Amino acid sequence: MAQLFAVEIIYRGVFQKTLAKNITRGIVLAAHNEGKLGISFGRYGDAPERNGIPGKSFAIVADDELTLEAGMAQYEPKQVDVSVVLDDTLCKGTESWAWYGLRPVNGSLRPGRTLIVVSLQDAPTLLKNIHRRDQPYKLGIMKGIASFSGMWVYKDDHTDVRVLGAIAKAMPELFSLASVEKFITEKLKSPVKVTSAHTAFDRFTTIDVKPGQGNPEELFKFDLPGWSDMRGGVSIKGQPQGGPYADPITKELGGFRPARNELFKKYSSRTLRPVVNFATCTKCTLCWLNCPDASFDVTPDGTYDANLEVCCGCGVCEEVCPVKNCITMVNESEFHDNKSQWVAFKKDKDAYLKSLEKEITKAEPIEKRTHGFRYRGQYQEQVPAALEIANKR
Amino acid sequence: MATLTKSVEEKKKINEQEALITGAEAIAIACKLANVDVVTAYPIRPYDTVMQYISQLVADGEMDCEFIVAEGEHSQFEIVKHASVCGARVFCGSSGVGWMYAMEALTVSPALRVPMVCMVGNRALDDPGAFGVEHNDALAVRDLGWMLTWVDSAQEALDTALIAYRVAEDRRIFVPLAISCDGAFLTHSQALVQIPAAELVQKFLPRYNRGELLLHPDNVISVAPQANEDWVMEIRRQNYAVTEIACDVIREVYADFERTFGRKYGNPFFEEYMTEDAEVVLLGMGTLSTPVKVAIRKMREQGKKVGFVRLRWFRPFAGPELAKCLERFKAIGVLDRDFSFGSPNLSGVVATEVRSAMYTGSSTRPPVLGFIGGLGGREVTVPDVEEMTEIVFKAAQGKPQPLTQWIGLRG
Repeated sequence: MAQLFAVEIIYRGVFQKTLAKNITRGIVLAAHNEGKLGISFGRYGDAPERNGIPGKSFAIVADDELTLEAGMAQYEPKQVDVSVVLDDTLCKGTESWAWYGLRPVNGSLRPGRTLIVVSLQDAPTLLKNIHRRDQPYKLGIMKGIASFSGMWVYKDDHTDVRVLGAIAKAMPELFSLASVEKFITEKLKSPVKVTSAHTAFDRFTTIDVKPGQGNPEELFKFDLPGWSDMRGGVSIKGQPQGGPYADPITKELGGFRPARNELFKKYSSRTLRPVVNFATCTKCTLCWLNCPDASFDVTPDGTYDANLEVCCGCGVCEEVCPVKNCITMVNESEFHDNKSQWVAFKKDKDAYLKSLEKEITKAEPIEKRTHGFRYRGQYQEQVPAALEIANKR
Repeated sequence: MATLTKSVEEKKKINEQEALITGAEAIAIACKLANVDVVTAYPIRPYDTVMQYISQLVADGEMDCEFIVAEGEHSQFEIVKHASVCGARVFCGSSGVGWMYAMEALTVSPALRVPMVCMVGNRALDDPGAFGVEHNDALAVRDLGWMLTWVDSAQEALDTALIAYRVAEDRRIFVPLAISCDGAFLTHSQALVQIPAAELVQKFLPRYNRGELLLHPDNVISVAPQANEDWVMEIRRQNYAVTEIACDVIREVYADFERTFGRKYGNPFFEEYMTEDAEVVLLGMGTLSTPVKVAIRKMREQGKKVGFVRLRWFRPFAGPELAKCLERFKAIGVLDRDFSFGSPNLSGVVATEVRSAMYTGSSTRPPVLGFIGGLGGREVTVPDVEEMTEIVFKAAQGKPQPLTQWIGLRG
């Protein structure tokens, strides 16, 4: 019987759009070296040109044309043999810009197949974020710094070929390492990349994830209404105005929290989150005024609490905050929930301020914010760490 | 032609006024009578006559509305779209390439359920730059959810404008509606028109009530978000639902129009002229009805049994009803003042639609011949009509004729 394979690459638009495309192309061309046929495509509804928006690219590979066509006769593969997550902050689940609801990164994986995550973290830490499921699967970590670039530039840090090497190990029926090597030699013409693919292949291992193991968060469920139940005129009921809310200790009402759409939370676009030091906040209002998404709740104290269900992590607040180390953007992988920072601060000020020391210890005030990174020049600073990972045998 | 019902004739004489006005002026007066709230304007012939008349009514203190001269047609239609969503009764219009320049605003209005009423002063699309009538401008929105009607007299223009507000603002409809008036022949020529009393119009035309779709601080809604493939089909289906009942609503409104004003249009969707014993008929839209009717009377004197069907409503297209009407004739000639290059049989838009309606709606399927004529405002002459009729008669006698022919064209 003819075989059909599907691989999905889960990535951050726009920073990894080209990378994801290069990987799915590589999958098809490497498999083609073994006589297989395939197609590579990005999910059309994702609008992957938008910063941080989770997107998906796919490769479908088959032994023959008719089997391939059967695999193509759907909008996107519902079940895949390998899922690759190119940035570990995506492990919290992804909401496409086209909004299909929050989806777990292992949601499309066939039972027993492999989830590959590019990360510096270990499996137990990643599984705090990756949602649990009923069927077992394999988790493999490809050690590395998430490869981010932009719309017009491509960071050729070998993540593409390293992922191909890891897939060859995880799924030898799809293609062998020799086929990856042939693809790199003929199409990419880079002997160094061949070495990178080999190294990734050699190092790649997986662990078995048992049913029920992982993040227990219940995913939001929703039904799509029929046409006659939908409001007319392409209109949506607006949100009420919002209002004051209670101090967690004194229970006194104060401040202002705008009402927000319960159905659309944008936090899965976030790679960095604002961490607020409420002790140094001067209540200047600049973060609240400048936030493009009205993410800040005005606390009953008059300080500003970034609502982490809403915040998409753009970093404007850090840039406009005039106080040193009051608002700092910290990598999202440090955190495992979206709870209110202000509530934590109110409940135990000392513990909260101590945790800040840990999280923002290396954070100097930024000169210039940039997309995908906390500040300009951060990429150059990552190069030595990336080289160290590459060279470690 | 509308005819007066006897019972209300006396009453109406007291209230009605007679005036010698153009089709454009008739529509301007209808806007005044309908107490339109927001009018947007941008000049282009022949539509500009209506904005000229409305601005004069405003300047003279006869009409109270926001009269906004936009910087182009796109803004012109966007402004009324937004005003309509906010609950204003609106009027707008354009011609030819001006209408096409507004196209993006025209395409978004039906899904947003905006009951804007517009006048299209039909004009040839550039190039070449030309003022004369062609129907391709208004027809460009025929598949997008607009309602489209063609009138052939200043009286019908006024009456149809009142009917248009009542139909478009019906809660079951709420889609934009364009009244097409042939450039020059209707927009620029004056005729005697009965202007109904304001009290009667008030009675006929309830206030525009947008209900839960009203964009207002007391009814907070978000309009026109981006949607993916999970939503778009359902939104299109909502507009399809409008087309399913549009003919019924139009019928209701014409009946009430007759009750209120005493002017009777009969079948709202098409007018039949001398069809009772006709063997063949011609069919067309707009002011070409005048030379066609004159030619028919002439041919009738020669014993030729020919009639005319004037299509009033193109969207909705009363397909089954029209097919039932047409199936009793031996052959039909459709005169298109438009073109649809590359269409099946290379016919005009109306001929293609009529054939489509006949295929499913008629048991006899008589030949439907397409004629293209009167383009760019060229006169459709009485001899032209006679020539077409001769061809249709030949087809009726079983002599095959070309499915599409150009009439009044230099060889």
